[in-house]
Amino acid sequence: MRLERRHQSSRAALVLAPIGAVAFTMAVSALLVLWAGAPVDRTYALLLQGGFGSVFAWSETLTRAIPLILTGLAATVAFKARLFNIGAEGQLFAGALAAVAVGGMHGGSGFELPPWLLFPLMMLAAAAAGALLLLGPALMKNRLGVDEVVTTLLINFIVLLGVSALLDGPMKDPSAMGWPQSVSLQSELELGKLVAQTRVHTGLVWAVSLAVMVWAIFKYTVLGFDIRAVGANARAAAFAGVPVTRTVVMVALLSGALAGLAGAIEVAGRTSYVTLDMSPGYGYTGIVIAMLAGLHPLGVIAAGVFVAGVLVGADTMSRAAGVPTYIADVIVAASLVAVLVATLLTQYRVRMK
Amino acid sequence: MTDLFDILANPAFWVAVLRIATPLILGTLGVLLCERAGVLNLGIEGIMVAGAFTGWLAVYAGAPLWAGVGVAALTGMAFGLLHAFLTVGLALSQHVSGLGITLLATALSYFGYRVSFPKVNTPPTITPFAPMEWLPVPILKAQTTLTLFALLLVPAVAWVLYRTPLGLAVRMVGENPQAAESQGVSVAATRTGAIVAGSALMGMAGSFLTLSAFNAFFFNMVNGRGWICVALVVFASWRPGKALLGALLFAFFDALQLRLQQSGDAVLPYQIYLMLPYLLSILALVLVARKASYPQALMKPYRKGER
Repeated sequence: MRLERRHQSSRAALVLAPIGAVAFTMAVSALLVLWAGAPVDRTYALLLQGGFGSVFAWSETLTRAIPLILTGLAATVAFKARLFNIGAEGQLFAGALAAVAVGGMHGGSGFELPPWLLFPLMMLAAAAAGALLLLGPALMKNRLGVDEVVTTLLINFIVLLGVSALLDGPMKDPSAMGWPQSVSLQSELELGKLVAQTRVHTGLVWAVSLAVMVWAIFKYTVLGFDIRAVGANARAAAFAGVPVTRTVVMVALLSGALAGLAGAIEVAGRTSYVTLDMSPGYGYTGIVIAMLAGLHPLGVIAAGVFVAGVLVGADTMSRAAGVPTYIADVIVAASLVAVLVATLLTQYRVRMK
Repeated sequence: MTDLFDILANPAFWVAVLRIATPLILGTLGVLLCERAGVLNLGIEGIMVAGAFTGWLAVYAGAPLWAGVGVAALTGMAFGLLHAFLTVGLALSQHVSGLGITLLATALSYFGYRVSFPKVNTPPTITPFAPMEWLPVPILKAQTTLTLFALLLVPAVAWVLYRTPLGLAVRMVGENPQAAESQGVSVAATRTGAIVAGSALMGMAGSFLTLSAFNAFFFNMVNGRGWICVALVVFASWRPGKALLGALLFAFFDALQLRLQQSGDAVLPYQIYLMLPYLLSILALVLVARKASYPQALMKPYRKGER
């Protein structure tokens, strides 16, 4: 078996590849549905209905998509520069914690600052917390050649343990009946609802705006050019005069900040306090979303909504059809693998010999 | 200080060290084999979960314990084959493929567990490996045969890597695939073989958790051990002997933090002690980074005729 580079890959193929790959994944996953002893058509219908079949389903899906779009963007920015940031999960928690540290009640009225000043401070603190967490691994990679995948992964465990310690101790809400849960955000800092009587909040506007911003950075700025150059070939980029270290630092700050904001926006828009289960692995799912989107910032919005729909739909489907919710994780993970293969086939031709 | 001395003088402590080290030894050897052939395998975390699950499920269904270990190895091989297809056959990003396999293997295992046991709240148990009471060696007799197997595997892997033509081929495709190809070694076949063999060890590492250390399958039971193996290989400079040393050292600190957590007057929150193994891994990576002698072709896909 050998691969031959195609001279040209059509635009349609690039868009159709992920869609075809996902369809293929759904077809294969049907075997798992059969194993669980449920009818495939009904199970998938329930899945779709639960994710996209009603106003309520859409509102839940979009709510879930908000952190996923943000962590997806975090992965996109980093992966474009070949900085494999697998630490978005930890950065999300760091951002969430920073948000309540700045904007929390702390047993009383919290910081005595007007909300219009405190809100940007809270978001800045969250972005900074996420950014700083990634700066270390990025510099270790750039200066010492330490693989960033392993360091960012290990830091996730450290951050989660740190969050757990803080939720047991200094950051614990004394009125939470002993639950390890942080102090709550001042209510003036919470994000408003986008649609009344649902959980969708204005964080969606933040997520979409940030996706457009990242897209603009890639397309129209020198930094965007530098990021793509470093990602394509760091050595050649350095030779061509691209400031590699500075670009890597900027990428780390931007990627970490986006993941940190995901945490702050979850707190401000949905939970209002930090718990250890506020993220069921949004940081890791963000990687899949970035890959599904072909590392395109606007594609991240679509991929984020799709994955959120599958996850939300799986909850409904599981209750009604008795197929374990983990089927959603299987579909998401298998889609990643299938999309990788499909995208490759748009660029290469496989010759059997 | 007397506390520390009491801990170290207690044989039970050293029994724990060896027990904690066993899955790390197996997993680290697995990663080492893959990386020596030039392929990073971040699927390890998920492959360990899958091995833990399928090995345990087989024994639960009535298979003998060693057959369970075999099933776990086969599971690892299946995922290894997938990783080899993606990274060697299609030359995709080894980072992303490995992460994809971790997510996929974990999700499939959890799904399979839930389908097999839809309603149980307490995990069903099996009778795990018994300690080797017949062995007249103090610390070792409290271990199971799987630990003995892991310990014997270290010289075996070293011997294969450094003393056999097969090992030479593996190291060659990891250092200089062009040269290997010109010597008539098939890069694709050698790499695939190394990944499949390494992944089998990762599956067995997972099965140690369910068939020896515990007697049931839990969610999150692998809990980052796979990633630690990836760090340990760098620490070990890709050498089996040093990998054993690294796994033991690591297990030593892990066992120590457990004991300090239990014995101490709890000066620090327990989470700080739990952080130590991860902090230690990062420290190890930083310390050896300067003189790390990576296999030269690690993470570089090889396409025939392309340079």
